[in-house]
Amino acid sequence: MLGLVIRRILATIPVMLVVALVVFLLLHLSPGDPAAIIAGENATSEDIERIRATLGLDRPLVLQFVLWIADLLRGDLGVSVYNHVPVTTLIAQRVEPTLSLAVCTMILAVSLAVPLGIVAAWKVGSWIDHAIMGLAVISFSCPVFLIGYALVFQFSRTWKWLPVQGFTPMSQGVGPYFAHLALPALALGLVYMALLARMTRSTMLEVLAEDYIRTARAKGLGAGAVLLRHALKNAAVPIVTTIGLGVALLIGGVVVTESVFAIPGIGRLTIEAVTQRDYPVIQGVILIASMVYVLINLAIDLTYSLLDPRIRY
Amino acid sequence: MSIAGKWLGRIAGIALAVGAVGATAQAADKTLRAVVHADLKILDTTWTTTYITNRYGYLVYDTLFAINSKFEPKPQMVDTYSLSDDKLTYTFTLRKGMKFHDGQPVRAADCIASLKRWMVRDVMGQGLAKVLQDFEVVDDLSFRMRLKEPYGLVLETLGKPTTPAYIMPERIASLPINQQTTDSIGSGPFIMKRDEWRPGNKAVFVRNPDYIPRAEPADYLSGGKIAKLDRVEWLYIPDNNTTLSALMAGEIDYFEAPPLDFIKPMMEDKDLRVLNIDKLGVQFVLRPNSLNPPFNNIKAREALLYLVNQEEVMQAVVGNPDLYLKFCGAFFMCGSGNETAVGSEPLRKPDYARAKALLAEGGYKGEKLVVLLPTDRPQYAAATMVLASALRKAGAAVDLQSGDWSTISVRRARKDPLDKGGYNIFITSQGGPDPSNPVANTWFNAGCERANPGWLCDPELEALVTAWTKENDTAKRRAMIETIQARAYVAVPYVPYGQFFQPIAFRANVTGVLVSGMPVYWNIDKQ
Repeated sequence: MLGLVIRRILATIPVMLVVALVVFLLLHLSPGDPAAIIAGENATSEDIERIRATLGLDRPLVLQFVLWIADLLRGDLGVSVYNHVPVTTLIAQRVEPTLSLAVCTMILAVSLAVPLGIVAAWKVGSWIDHAIMGLAVISFSCPVFLIGYALVFQFSRTWKWLPVQGFTPMSQGVGPYFAHLALPALALGLVYMALLARMTRSTMLEVLAEDYIRTARAKGLGAGAVLLRHALKNAAVPIVTTIGLGVALLIGGVVVTESVFAIPGIGRLTIEAVTQRDYPVIQGVILIASMVYVLINLAIDLTYSLLDPRIRY
Repeated sequence: MSIAGKWLGRIAGIALAVGAVGATAQAADKTLRAVVHADLKILDTTWTTTYITNRYGYLVYDTLFAINSKFEPKPQMVDTYSLSDDKLTYTFTLRKGMKFHDGQPVRAADCIASLKRWMVRDVMGQGLAKVLQDFEVVDDLSFRMRLKEPYGLVLETLGKPTTPAYIMPERIASLPINQQTTDSIGSGPFIMKRDEWRPGNKAVFVRNPDYIPRAEPADYLSGGKIAKLDRVEWLYIPDNNTTLSALMAGEIDYFEAPPLDFIKPMMEDKDLRVLNIDKLGVQFVLRPNSLNPPFNNIKAREALLYLVNQEEVMQAVVGNPDLYLKFCGAFFMCGSGNETAVGSEPLRKPDYARAKALLAEGGYKGEKLVVLLPTDRPQYAAATMVLASALRKAGAAVDLQSGDWSTISVRRARKDPLDKGGYNIFITSQGGPDPSNPVANTWFNAGCERANPGWLCDPELEALVTAWTKENDTAKRRAMIETIQARAYVAVPYVPYGQFFQPIAFRANVTGVLVSGMPVYWNIDKQ
């Protein structure tokens, strides 16, 4: 197990290098650069050229890449070309909102989806199954921003129960923290809930058709024991895989949700950096996101062996 | 309500009650939560022409002069000033007791250093620099400005409203011009809380307890800047629907640039107020590239005048007829002191046959005209589509080349020919009082390479503007404006493409919002 962890962590180094090269080239070879935006709408060409030179964007591409990689190897992700704030500081400021939203969303989605999927599989073909799967289809089909606006309209504008937008750190109170997270987590969570519920149902249906389930029932075990102790445990591996893939999807969903609910998270930081061509910020965020992906995949692989003793590394 | 609904309501009620403790504390200290039009990213006011940095400047810095509602420059930090009989030496004396946010007094040396830094970059500052002999410190509160020749725009330059000469400490203003300052120490009515600045999300300003406002009442950008709020929070919310919901729910107090299609529902909401704080509004600009054919020919540029139906453009851009002028032929904005209709006859009604003939006269033979289309700027995109349609009606072949704003911004600054990424036309806009002045109106500059992208080269127009700057007599200057505009309708630096107004919105309990041409935060109170 330890060998696997070390091997996988070492394997991230070439992955990171490839990611760094691809991101750098994609950014610098695509049209547009930050100098024109910094100069402003009424700037002259000379203003733009002067800023480009100050930022070092007039240097040869190879030199720019070498300088960036050299900084990277020293653990320096650089500073934003706009406000000169270190990229690590900008990312650190955004971690709590994004992490909070992602964790709340996953908890909400998993805690709703797995029981619903189990019930749908248990009552397969009944109106309960149809209702749950109908809800899942609707949730999966609706864009997150549409769900978000609908929730804001009902819960914030009409009933005035929850705030429309923003984020309050946990340090400023648990109540405001959850009040601000409730709607975004629900908007984003419904999509993953739908995905997971469908996956749980189909996996459970497969497992429930197995001989050992029939044996368990024949031995007189109750429905609860059959479903939770025998069926769910054996259906867990694909479900955990889906949860892991869901985290990847979540990163995309977070971008939209953070915009709709004005949450100052990593998603918004990325979008703003891309539209403003803030190269160091984009490069830094993508590198860290890639690293997180690799670590999540590693965590999922390790979880397999905990759930299924037959899997050994 | 169902049982589940009741429980949800109880849970939300508890959450809000917990949050209410903080909210009450905030309300007591008069915090204005304002959603601004862009994220504050750059703190160096001489580094960028972006409006958001300019508005930040008005919070934390002060200016020597500022314009009033008649667009006249009035002393702001300056207490008294005099001009020598030969009109070559100005002596300025500062108001007593002014301090920077770090507690240091504002001195004449700070003003000189700030002016020198600003004059390198700003278009009006550059104009003044050309006639400047030198500065001289008289004492801590006084300094002299000596000119090589009389210049009629000294006070207008020092009181320039957009990207003005903000006064900062000498130690900051003296930094190399190519070094972007990240300091925010000014002497203005508000102090920036750097520890609470979250780029991309929030910037916080608190009242400057040491600020001494002028005794006169606030008038446009001049007069007493009394900070009645304890705290101004600038929030950046990119989604306009969310901002509208937050304003209606009372989570924010002030919406700086609501989309124009939100204006009607906001006016119908009894808890909200909508106010046009900019009497001049925004001017849309159709800018031909004078380096590339056919618009390197004066006749082809003239043809553009016959393609315009401003009302049609404004319908596409704005929609609500209450928010735009049906026609404005003034290069220097309708409603300004320099408004004139001289020469604008071709602009009144489209004449596609005439446009076609002029294009041919200008050497156009049916080749593709590259028109830049910024897809993520809906107003520019709408105006560009109207332009493309008009060009086609005049028999032109249009090549709409689209990109996001960042790409288009870089593209339009390229002087290349068409086959190497160059272009023919783009749409832009300018707002605030600056376009009303032939020097500050940067798209009017006909100084060839020095001009804004489009690079019009017209020595005759340049000479007329230069003569205008040297005239000290206001009445004569007004008469010269007509000559300048008449020449502009021949040389066509750009085509005035419509003028509209961008109101702001705020909660009904917010009072004292000034009609100041741009959002400022002094005089505002929250009940």
